[in-house]
Amino acid sequence: MVPAGYYLVLSAILFGLGIVAFVFKRNIITIFMSIELMLNAVNLAFVTFSQVLGKLDGQVFVLFVIVVAAAEAAVGLGIIILIARHRQSLNVERMDLMKF
Amino acid sequence: MTPQLIVFFVLAALAVLGAVTLIAARHPIHSALALIVVMVALAGLYLLQGAEFVAAVQIIVYGGAIMVLFVFVIMLLNAGEEERTSLSRIARVAGIPLALALSGFLAAAVLRSSHAAAQAPVTAASTRGLSMLLFREFVFPFELTSFLILVAILGALVLAQREN
Repeated sequence: MVPAGYYLVLSAILFGLGIVAFVFKRNIITIFMSIELMLNAVNLAFVTFSQVLGKLDGQVFVLFVIVVAAAEAAVGLGIIILIARHRQSLNVERMDLMKF
Repeated sequence: MTPQLIVFFVLAALAVLGAVTLIAARHPIHSALALIVVMVALAGLYLLQGAEFVAAVQIIVYGGAIMVLFVFVIMLLNAGEEERTSLSRIARVAGIPLALALSGFLAAAVLRSSHAAAQAPVTAASTRGLSMLLFREFVFPFELTSFLILVAILGALVLAQREN
């Protein structure tokens, strides 16, 4: 048997690494992938709590998170294609249209 | 050291290694492949916890559909290696300590909670209960997600079409 705390600590570590990737990466596609990594870390916590509490509601929420992530990926990648077409670059530092 | 604990540590090491590779890799396609490793390792962890339906969905939807979409867009846009700038150096100096502190705080808060000591019981064959819950109590949100996917498909089509 694995203590639930191990899963939760792994979830926290993965979430922290997702934030690191979000802050570090300059490529907009990689930044988008780090959001998916954070969603995955939260999913692991959801499944762990669902097992600890003996209720399946957490796993239903994981399914909803996966559906929303799929929808987000479709729309987000559409936006990325649009940005790449207009700016000819995937570097987020070049996307400063709203700055003075 | 029970077999479950060994499997847990192997999969956890694989997941953390994949996440670190995602950060360290310069080319987006390498980051995408590292993310697939993380997702497959997490699917193994779901199996270890007895959530086999979630594990299957994780592999099919996340590891399959979503990551193929990512790889497809990386290939389509012909994304190259990312360039280093002065801002990325600032992010490196300030980002690592902040992220480590956040991970540490999260892990400490989790370990102090009463649930951390609990053993996660492995209750297999939960798919029946999951479907009961999904199609009885959560049937309205479930139907809403189909509408959400429809809107997302339309949005992606409108966004990605050629302007003329």
